[in-house]
Amino acid sequence: MSQQRKAVALISGGLDSLLAARSMLEQGIHVEGINFFTGFCVEGHTHAIRKKDKSKPKRNNALWSAEQLGIKLHIIDIVEEYKDVLLNPKHGYGKNMNPCLDCKIFMVNKAKQWAEENGFDFIITGEVIGQRPMSQRKDTMPVISKESGADDRLLRPLCAQNLPATLPEKEGWVKREALFGFSGRNRKPQMELAAKYGFEDYAKPAGGCCFLTDESYSAKLVDLWDARGAREYEMDDVMLLKVGRHIRPAPHYKLIIGREDGENKFLQGYKKSFITFKTMDCPGPLTLLDGVASDTDLEFAARICARYSQGRNSETVTIEARRTNGDTTTLVVKPMASADIKPEWHV
Amino acid sequence: MAHYELDARRMFCPMPVIRTQDKIKELKAGDTLEVVSTDPGALNDIPAWSRINGHKVLQTRETDDEVFVTVEVCES
Repeated sequence: MSQQRKAVALISGGLDSLLAARSMLEQGIHVEGINFFTGFCVEGHTHAIRKKDKSKPKRNNALWSAEQLGIKLHIIDIVEEYKDVLLNPKHGYGKNMNPCLDCKIFMVNKAKQWAEENGFDFIITGEVIGQRPMSQRKDTMPVISKESGADDRLLRPLCAQNLPATLPEKEGWVKREALFGFSGRNRKPQMELAAKYGFEDYAKPAGGCCFLTDESYSAKLVDLWDARGAREYEMDDVMLLKVGRHIRPAPHYKLIIGREDGENKFLQGYKKSFITFKTMDCPGPLTLLDGVASDTDLEFAARICARYSQGRNSETVTIEARRTNGDTTTLVVKPMASADIKPEWHV
Repeated sequence: MAHYELDARRMFCPMPVIRTQDKIKELKAGDTLEVVSTDPGALNDIPAWSRINGHKVLQTRETDDEVFVTVEVCES
């Protein structure tokens, strides 16, 4: 009896990686999943921060995929190592701050290391030629194979028939004729394959899974770097960019204004690191001030905070400003008129 | 067999799962681990991770602000 070969599958939680892994199981390959946490993953955080929404089940789609497949999933924290990928992408950025090609090279390389350490024979991904403008093109897919070091041990089952044969195909570990020749952005073949495999409740096809592909998030990240004069970040920065309304009335400070109860509660956890504002005589958002602020700045910021409170139409709103050492100042301010909040302040 | 506790408060998905995964690697079959998290998603994610990796979920419960998941480590 021939030896059962082992593949590690990059599982994002989307449909393509689910199908790619399933197609390997169909061919009798032992598959285990690997999922990388960069800090910029869309799912989870925003959902967890915002007030409980009973209509939307809270699930991690990578875990869900693995459970559907009946395979193990290894989730790897790469937050620190990923900084170099984001800050110094050899192949540059996509439309926003997304270093997709470098990101994929990095992840495949990490999967290759994991495979070597755990006795796995090859790596699979759900990539499809022509599906993504940067990392999933006919000319960039060989770059991923080469620069990751995976070379011909990297198999893309969904578009394998459009690519040169890889080691698993050449060695007969998998049948090339049972692989697929998908290409382009048309999702119909994947949906048909999903139906054939009996997958129904899969994550939204082609949905972005990384905040770095988001224009608004990328703008906030660039603003953060510009304000600090340095391209650097910590996990708390990554999280705070996902939360609240960001308003920068002056180069030296920015306000992060909670938009609902869940965000207000989340922002409260940062009161020892940032100046905070809260309304005292009416319901209103919790606001963080990121930067340095004079007394004049505090009053100006309080007026903006009041604008987003339920006292926005009152003559005055009472706001407590709390510095990081716990000292508080009570400010009675006139809420800023909507027209006075300049559009360019919105980050 | 021993019982352990893991504080995963103020972490968001998937960090509570990653911490659970890393802690369980250090434990032996039969040991139990109670994870406490402030992310309500952990109530689904940690049991899902446990199921697919062959461990047994003994109990889940939640309060207003926290969720608790107890896992028995199994051979896998």
